[in-house]
Amino acid sequence: MTSRSSSAYRFAIYGLLGGLALLFAFPLVWMFATSIKPVEQTMESPPTWLPREHRVLLGGEQVEVNLDARVAAPSLWLVRDGSAGGEHRLVPAEGFDPAAFEGWRIAARPEPGWWLVTERFSTKVRERAPRRDVVPPDAVQTRVRPRWENYPVALASMGGRSVEAAEGSVEERAFNPETDATFLDFLGNTLVVCVLGVLGAVLSNAIIAYGFARLKWRGRDALFALTLATMMVPFPVLMVPLYGVFKDLGWVGTLLPLWAPAWFGGAFNIFLMRQVFRTIPEELSEAARIDGASEWRIFWQIVLPLSRPVLAVVALFHFLHAWNDFLGPLLYLTRKPTFTLALALQNFQSQQGGVQWHHLMAASMVTVLPVIVLFFFAQKTFIRGIATTGSKS
Amino acid sequence: MMHGETRRLLRGLGFTGLWIVGLGVFTAYPVLASLYYSFCDYSILQRPVWIGLENFRQLATDDVFWLSLRNTLFFAAFSVPLGTIVSLSLALLLNQEVRGRAFFRALFYLPSIVPAVASSMLWLWIFNGQHGVLNQALAPVFALWGGQPPAWLGDPAWAKPALVLMSLWGVGNSTIIYLAGLQDVPRELHESAELDGAGPLRRLWHVTLPMISPVIYFNVVMGMIGAMQVFTQAFIMSGGPDGNPARSTLFYALYLYSTAFYDLRMGYASAMAWVLFLFIAGLTWFANRIAAKRVHYAS
Repeated sequence: MTSRSSSAYRFAIYGLLGGLALLFAFPLVWMFATSIKPVEQTMESPPTWLPREHRVLLGGEQVEVNLDARVAAPSLWLVRDGSAGGEHRLVPAEGFDPAAFEGWRIAARPEPGWWLVTERFSTKVRERAPRRDVVPPDAVQTRVRPRWENYPVALASMGGRSVEAAEGSVEERAFNPETDATFLDFLGNTLVVCVLGVLGAVLSNAIIAYGFARLKWRGRDALFALTLATMMVPFPVLMVPLYGVFKDLGWVGTLLPLWAPAWFGGAFNIFLMRQVFRTIPEELSEAARIDGASEWRIFWQIVLPLSRPVLAVVALFHFLHAWNDFLGPLLYLTRKPTFTLALALQNFQSQQGGVQWHHLMAASMVTVLPVIVLFFFAQKTFIRGIATTGSKS
Repeated sequence: MMHGETRRLLRGLGFTGLWIVGLGVFTAYPVLASLYYSFCDYSILQRPVWIGLENFRQLATDDVFWLSLRNTLFFAAFSVPLGTIVSLSLALLLNQEVRGRAFFRALFYLPSIVPAVASSMLWLWIFNGQHGVLNQALAPVFALWGGQPPAWLGDPAWAKPALVLMSLWGVGNSTIIYLAGLQDVPRELHESAELDGAGPLRRLWHVTLPMISPVIYFNVVMGMIGAMQVFTQAFIMSGGPDGNPARSTLFYALYLYSTAFYDLRMGYASAMAWVLFLFIAGLTWFANRIAAKRVHYAS
């Protein structure tokens, strides 16, 4: 395209790419930004990017406060005499009638732009009400402070503990192993499904594909045609009877339905590996056979080592599928201690009604992060895998 | 000593034995059983009872069934063409001589591997009518006409468009497939077309698109098959299998799921599954016929 690389053309290309890149990156960045905010800053209008902490001097000590509102017109900040808790009221200065406020004194005369602040309500302090005050803007010290503590709290409440218990402000109720679980349970379950599934998928599909690609036997081509045909069947068709099969096997409620079938091959991966195995020169097998090698040894010591790239592709995509799967766990898992991360995340969201956005985003980040890390370590395998699976089918 | 052919057969069966079991237990039996159940009254708690075509007769007059089919077709009719346009455009951009191609490619691809549950949470938050960042950004625009942005997932008219919008974020997978296809288009074709005086748009239309038409065909068919089965996003974002609000996101797979596992009408659900199967097969056959005329397969 050298003849067309005028600067206007390049400018347009980079402009478009840059704009689209921002659009595609925004949601995940927003997820992260939300996950480290205190709850009230997730609902600010207009939205803000960075988590901030505001501090003012209240009653002689620096405390963290929420900025509730700005004072709009000249006002009076009234404090009721003798009320220890500090009963306050903000009234307009214009037309102020002292007679209506018998027993109150004027503690401050806020100007427009002053902040009405509330001591940040900490669930640990339950014995007294949070203090409130009005302060001039320059009395507020603001700094950026990510709330990393959202993460442990979110993960703990995902397991069934209340946010208050997770934050340590209320006594924790007894842990019931039948209905309660911890984040580590979910992570462990997910890893079991992923690791056993990946092992099964790689081993079984390689063995099976070898039988289709490198051996000649009666019925092979018919069976392979049948194998390809099963790729046409959408999952909903299998869903109901499969549930029955797993129920009869006694697998419902366990992790088995999520990884055990991978040990019996899958049509698409068989197809993919067969394509690759067929490209390995037959002479290699012949030479080994003459040396007296068994078919299994030829498979294990010649064909498999030469096929590492496709093994990596199958492993990677199976891992991703198992990590991301929601419908499978939804169908077969019934008790919380057996949940995978995906199901636990959905359960967390549906139980807390979706207002603790900072906690939801923190929990979501935790399920996304491994996928992102995996992607950056295995980018080449990903791209090669998609490109081959996409164009060869 | 065994006969050579028998030995070869046994060896073949030895290597493929796992699959023969897997095919039988996890695919062939379920397919046949599902076909049988579709003619039965079956609740998984009791043995199936043969009722002939009754399930299919009921489907024909089941308003919720038709609604779920319409909802699904709406979703497919928008998400597949829009997704094709977006992912193909991204691939065409990436196929230019740009610096940092690997970076952009990674960025566009990454959303498509984000777990569906997590991305549903994220978009639930972005689409939040009150505090969501999308409406915070749109509110001033709508205010120009004295209006308000839609409540998206809270509004029956906007819930499906919201899901379509969200689906566009995940087109990165097909972008990579398109990009691979574009990189296989021989350079000489472009050069000779350019010598003949064809501008970039004409080259796109007469050289590039015909050359990658098999890839487009593959992506569109896979996209349609996927869209007809959309489940997870709708289940999470509408808070269960009811397709809230007002059944506006009650997709086919959701209705099938709740029929089978909430109402325990497994026979009826199996009939639905077979209707879906036949529908998808019909769509694929139809796409094949179009492809036979329009898709150019390089020799």
